[in-house]
Amino acid sequence: MSIDKRIVDDFVANGVSFITTVPCKQLAGVIEEVEARDEIFHIPANKEDEGMGLCAGAFMGGKRAAIIMQNTAIGVTINTLATLTQFYRLPLPMLISYRGELREPVSCQVEMAVHTKALLAQLNIPTYHFHWQKDVEEFDNILKYTFMCNKPVAILTDANFWGGYGDQ
Amino acid sequence: MIRSEILRDIAPILRDQLVVCNIGLPSQELHMIDDQPTNFYMLGTMGLSSSIGLGLALAQPKTVISIDGDGSVLTNLGTLPTIANNVADNFILLIIDNGSYGSTGDQPTYAGKKTSLSKVAIACGCENVVECRDVDTGKVLQAAIDSKKMTVIVCKCDSGNINLPVITLDPVVIRHRFMEAVKA
Repeated sequence: MSIDKRIVDDFVANGVSFITTVPCKQLAGVIEEVEARDEIFHIPANKEDEGMGLCAGAFMGGKRAAIIMQNTAIGVTINTLATLTQFYRLPLPMLISYRGELREPVSCQVEMAVHTKALLAQLNIPTYHFHWQKDVEEFDNILKYTFMCNKPVAILTDANFWGGYGDQ
Repeated sequence: MIRSEILRDIAPILRDQLVVCNIGLPSQELHMIDDQPTNFYMLGTMGLSSSIGLGLALAQPKTVISIDGDGSVLTNLGTLPTIANNVADNFILLIIDNGSYGSTGDQPTYAGKKTSLSKVAIACGCENVVECRDVDTGKVLQAAIDSKKMTVIVCKCDSGNINLPVITLDPVVIRHRFMEAVKA
């Protein structure tokens, strides 16, 4: 089974039916899979904080929501994470393309990569790092954990996890 | 009319609907004028009232009114293409456009100068865009609710604020009672 299909299967199995996305090359396959599924309403966002607003509304409307984005978005969304998602205690799985890690070809991406885990730690956001493909086995548990504790939770997925940025 | 006068005017219409209300003075004014469990008060996060409202409208069938300001829409301008391309006919975006950042001391916004938010909304693909005068807000809002068509209303009004207290409700209480009202 493809990694993209496995991830989206886990979203569906955990009742996630509303997903907003801001694209990254590494996430192209999973976004395509999200778009293809009848069980999921896919709404592309123009910016990640906007996407988190959409997710907040969808959750209050009774749907489990998630966001798929790049780690550069952590720089965009800190205020939203603190004053909306955390302040109102909203669950939000964040499937994040962890650019700037091992096998990254674009040097500028490293500049946000070196801050990513520190920023997430500063925000007390539970953070998981998928480096090997087998790490995806934890995804189902992470989703259950997110909706148990009503917090934003970060799943960082690096180029090695996706099979190498340059190979795609 | 200033924003608080408009909110007082339309409170009887808002009372029966789900309302997502913008950060700062708009939420404080609505809370003081007519606090309802069907009101979601934003205590932070400038710019996301329209996004939260659209997400809510797409997730369930009741009518949702997002009360926004011109400054807040300008800070999240990407919301208008998202609204236009994801039509929810139970969603109304009410932009109270007083041409100023009211909560921070009435500094002028570009919407009060050369930028027309109603023209921006149309250019983004929104199909039902109504620009109205402050005194007509209630009539236009009721017509939008009755039309059952997604509508963006730009209400042009005067800038100005009243003195009133901050909201001391806990955010989790606001969220919980709102979600109970959504389900009711």
